[in-house]
Amino acid sequence: MDMRDIWIVIIALGIGTFAIRFSFLGLMTGRRFPDWTMRLLRYVPVAVMPGLVAPLVVWPAATDGDFDPARIGAALVALLIGAGTRNTLGAIFGGLATLYLLLWLL
Amino acid sequence: MAEISSIQAGTSAWFWRGVRDGAPFTLVIAPFALLFGVVATEAGLPLLETMVMTVLVIAGASQFTAVTLMLDNAPLFIVILTALAVNLRMALYSASLSTHLNSLPLWKKAFVAYFLVDQAYAASVAQYETEPSAPVRSKFAYFMGVVTPIAPLWYGCTWIGAVAGSAIPQEYALDFAVPITFIALIAPMLRTIPHVMTAIVSIVAALALVWVPYSLGLIIAAALAMAAGAATEIALERRGGDS
Repeated sequence: MDMRDIWIVIIALGIGTFAIRFSFLGLMTGRRFPDWTMRLLRYVPVAVMPGLVAPLVVWPAATDGDFDPARIGAALVALLIGAGTRNTLGAIFGGLATLYLLLWLL
Repeated sequence: MAEISSIQAGTSAWFWRGVRDGAPFTLVIAPFALLFGVVATEAGLPLLETMVMTVLVIAGASQFTAVTLMLDNAPLFIVILTALAVNLRMALYSASLSTHLNSLPLWKKAFVAYFLVDQAYAASVAQYETEPSAPVRSKFAYFMGVVTPIAPLWYGCTWIGAVAGSAIPQEYALDFAVPITFIALIAPMLRTIPHVMTAIVSIVAALALVWVPYSLGLIIAAALAMAAGAATEIALERRGGDS
């Protein structure tokens, strides 16, 4: 990606994110979503982020796409800590600690 | 959320209450911002671009999404669409806060919109529901109080991370900080069966569809996963309703 593209992304993301946040506050005050939209919107982050991450875990760029037990292990530990404790920071540090430990061991 | 010694309390009492309620979030914001600075820099984003993005967008998950997809050389519209999709939940925040802040002047609403991050929403909506009849001025002061410790820290720590990131050598495997961060953000959301179902469909479909050009596989996977989550929710409700 060249610099011009990066700036387009930054500006589009800035304007778009503000528009989303301003939407109901500023423009459609008091209006409500239909139920089915509420239902779908609730699942957007859980629908987008796992799909974004999965290929990065299974085929890591750092190993040129080769399966890497250290990275899979780190991902699983982060998942278990995050789901078990609801603690995002704990999951990040647990995952990174596992990654370095396994990279050192294997 | 505790009550703020009744409605008569001055606007500044509400502001400082907000600052106090916002302060614990700094423990989450600081490392997250540092990490974004490091990751963006490692991905090749120059300092200026990293900082402009972090100030304009202030939404960590979508910033990580954009950087990851740019690194993957995804087409522009996919990068923008996916990163914005991650932020769509904020339309729900906007709708929910609009019932409390309806009578604010438009320019104050613009401030609220700009600073409407997850933590500010969570703290404010809890406070507003404790004291729904508080004056709207007080509610605005509380909101601005919550973001006062958060936003400057977000900018500052991104900058520190970006400067430090250029000094961290490649062999520290920081490539994997992004996947770990995403997993750590998602895992606590897996509270219900429909959420778990959504995540599973998203993972399986994204892996099965990596061959689809222009990173469109991710968009298709997300749409399928969203439908699966909503369908599971409806199915569970029906079953619950019968019994």
